[in-house]
Amino acid sequence: MNTALKIFKYVLYDVLRSKMIIIYTLLLLIISFGIIFIGKDVTKAVLSLLNIVLLVVPLVSIIFGTIHFYSSREFMEMLLAMPVKRKNIFWAEYAGLSLALAAGFSVGTGLPLLIYGGISGAFQLIVSGVMLTFIFTALAFLSSVKNKDKARGIGLSLVIWFYLSVIFDALVLLLYYLFSSYPLEKATIIISGLNPVDLARMLILLQLDVSALMGYTGATLQKFFGSDYGMVFSVILLLFWAIVPTVLSLRIFNRKDF
Amino acid sequence: MIKIEGLKKKFGKIEVLKDISLEIGNSSVVAVMGPNGSGKTTLLKCILGLAKANEGNIYVKDCKINGNSAYKKHIGYMPQYSCFPDNLKVKEVIEMIKDIRGNNIVYDTELIEKLNIAEMYNKQIGQLSGGMKQRLSCAAAFLFNTEIIILDEPTAGLDPLSSEIVKTKILEDKQNGKLIIITSHIVSEVEVIADRIIYMLDGKIYFDEIKEKLYRLTGKENLNKAIAHKMTSGETRGAEQ
Amino acid sequence: MNKVIFIIALIALINSVNLSKEITVNPGESIKNAVSLADNGDRIIIKEGTYNESGILIDKNIELIGENYPVIDGLFNGDIIIIQSDSVTVKGFSIHNSGNRGLKDYAALRIENSACCNIISNKLNNNYFGIFLSNSSYCNVLQNEASSNAVTESSSGNGIHLWKCTNINVKNNTISGHRDGIYIEFSVNCQAESNSSFKNIRYGLHFMFSNNNVYENNVFSNNGAGVAVMYTKNVRMINNRFENNKGPNSYGLLLKEITDSYIERNTFSYNTVGIYCEGGTRLLIANNNLTGNGYALKILGNCTDDTIKANNFFANTFDVTTNSTFNNNLFTQNYWDKYNGYDLNKDGKGDVPFRPVSLFSKIVEETPESVFLLRSFVAELLDMAERVVPVFTPESLMDNEPEMKAINNELYTQYN
Repeated sequence: MNTALKIFKYVLYDVLRSKMIIIYTLLLLIISFGIIFIGKDVTKAVLSLLNIVLLVVPLVSIIFGTIHFYSSREFMEMLLAMPVKRKNIFWAEYAGLSLALAAGFSVGTGLPLLIYGGISGAFQLIVSGVMLTFIFTALAFLSSVKNKDKARGIGLSLVIWFYLSVIFDALVLLLYYLFSSYPLEKATIIISGLNPVDLARMLILLQLDVSALMGYTGATLQKFFGSDYGMVFSVILLLFWAIVPTVLSLRIFNRKDF
Repeated sequence: MIKIEGLKKKFGKIEVLKDISLEIGNSSVVAVMGPNGSGKTTLLKCILGLAKANEGNIYVKDCKINGNSAYKKHIGYMPQYSCFPDNLKVKEVIEMIKDIRGNNIVYDTELIEKLNIAEMYNKQIGQLSGGMKQRLSCAAAFLFNTEIIILDEPTAGLDPLSSEIVKTKILEDKQNGKLIIITSHIVSEVEVIADRIIYMLDGKIYFDEIKEKLYRLTGKENLNKAIAHKMTSGETRGAEQ
Repeated sequence: MNKVIFIIALIALINSVNLSKEITVNPGESIKNAVSLADNGDRIIIKEGTYNESGILIDKNIELIGENYPVIDGLFNGDIIIIQSDSVTVKGFSIHNSGNRGLKDYAALRIENSACCNIISNKLNNNYFGIFLSNSSYCNVLQNEASSNAVTESSSGNGIHLWKCTNINVKNNTISGHRDGIYIEFSVNCQAESNSSFKNIRYGLHFMFSNNNVYENNVFSNNGAGVAVMYTKNVRMINNRFENNKGPNSYGLLLKEITDSYIERNTFSYNTVGIYCEGGTRLLIANNNLTGNGYALKILGNCTDDTIKANNFFANTFDVTTNSTFNNNLFTQNYWDKYNGYDLNKDGKGDVPFRPVSLFSKIVEETPESVFLLRSFVAELLDMAERVVPVFTPESLMDNEPEMKAINNELYTQYN
């Protein structure tokens, strides 16, 4: 067995047993079950879960990812003193953490949706949530390898999350306002690629709000993202968003002093 | 066994190691000493590949350590602050490092037995006290029967009994031809076991002497006094220049 | 003597019955020929088979009955059957391929200047216009199926077309693939009931200048632009279903210059715009279910004195939008699924008013691209702020008595 896989196994054990991931999973379970089974209507369940997926999943992934990285520093040092390649340690840590978080999310949100079954947009919701988990764990690692100081690392992670969840959209809205007399449909497609949260949101919205998206110039978005081509485009972009920060972090990790 | 040539290391703008060169053979216990911030730990980290040197070369068993990791199979390491994942059980940690180290190894389980690691086998790391973690970490460093064992402040968190067990083990291993490198700033600790003292100050090797020779040179019978003498004489020498 | 009189009377009786004779047409024979042989009151039975004929002019009150749906293929030559007499019945035919070129609106069945005609159970396929009634009255158009394969608006005709008619009953027909499913212009006192109009490239139902009409129990789905009703008074649109009309210019129901009309107990689901109301006056929009629409109700500033009452707004992207900062309509006792208020006195009505116009919908109205930010945190934040302090949305557009629970509009459906 590959060394990375060996370490990965234990990282996964460790994270899956951590209190935080258990609480995360349980909270998601309670909220999802509540929304789906106790809430007044199921059609709106995915809508209510949307906010969790778009806000909570990135936040938990990036904060937990950052904290985990810093608290694993000594463990990584110990591993580094063994005949193990650095990249193997990195991949084991990244895969272990992101898969554990993704599993927590999938169980917490996916299980209730699966049990209820047949809710439109549920599949896209889970895919988006899992993708966002990978992306924000990658961003957490990037922020951690960039900063030796834990407080600064967590600070930077929070800033990244806030930027992608709130500031970016506000800026886009401002852009629309300032250039409202120009056709911005194509620009919108480009803009969407600049923020994984927006991309994930589009994937889900195409299931939920297709009626509205087909109105007016919204149809451009619908045509683009609704087509197979657009779907593939968004998923590839999301993968890109996960891969680029991971590879960047790995490069820094390889040169890093512990 | 370990050869260092012109090693320089900077953290940002701060020079932590300034042109270190030394050679260490087998069958010896080498104590790297010096005050906090003198570069002891950094030196060890450079040897272990945890920190990457800006200049200079390090050879372990005549092999240049240039970004590869294979040479580390000759080294057992106990870090200053040991930390295994909190939610793993002790036995899982031992399994894991066995997994990573590979199979073609004759394990040296002496310390695992003597330090009573077995009694905490089913506990999670998070439930262990600092001393227990330190015992585990120490046992792990010796487990693989490596030719080089590097211990960073090994006795800092150990109880007196364990501390004695470890010291005995170190001396034993030295007899078996191993090289043991210890950092410490507690002089009395290394006095008994070390046979070579490398004293670091401000990123440089301030002196590097065989213990017996040091006693002879300084005319002291006690390491603490010998070092103190060496330091004051060094200062006078500095003043003379 | 008595015997003789009896026999004469009997013969006279038989003769009087036989006054309306029955003509049978077999494949290979001509329908036109049969029609020319027939007298008023006769019945022509057309046997199963294919008849390649067009321009069959019916100018006497006869019955044309098809057995097992004989096919009349117009081979794309002009109108196929033209009725120019009162009390004509055409029943049970498959009529294909009316003319589709030239300036004239060729139809499979054309009824001109006639009254009391019955067009029943015909299958109309691949015609330019399906059934074209002009200047006629008291006709029944029942159980017909009209399908075509319209591609563009300019090269296609309507399924059932009423022009300057009165008292026409259009019931239980199925229309698809035409330009407009049912088109009604300058016609009064007509009713369209239990029809299904779907996948037409423009409107499922389209009417203009047609007062006092009733539309009940129809289903309009997947049409290019939904249903459009314009420049009309006293319309009753009751218990219809408007579904899946999606597209940049699609509406469940487009109302333009409509006055004194009733839109009740309809279901609007999954349309880009559920109801679009421009220049609507004294309308009652009540007990409708609006579900899963992009915009449930777009009500423009020139709509006045309309009452929007007891509707269910459910899972729509936007509930109500308007282009005005004023409101001249009454919103009351609707159920809004987005309402988060409370009901302390337990009267079933929320204690705080609900403002259904969201700021974000307004933003989307002005810069359509910003629909991209739909359901983003920023959009929700803006809406929340606007709900607390309305600045950009009409302050008086609110429901003072929002229902706490969805209204059971289904009850009505059962009775209809």
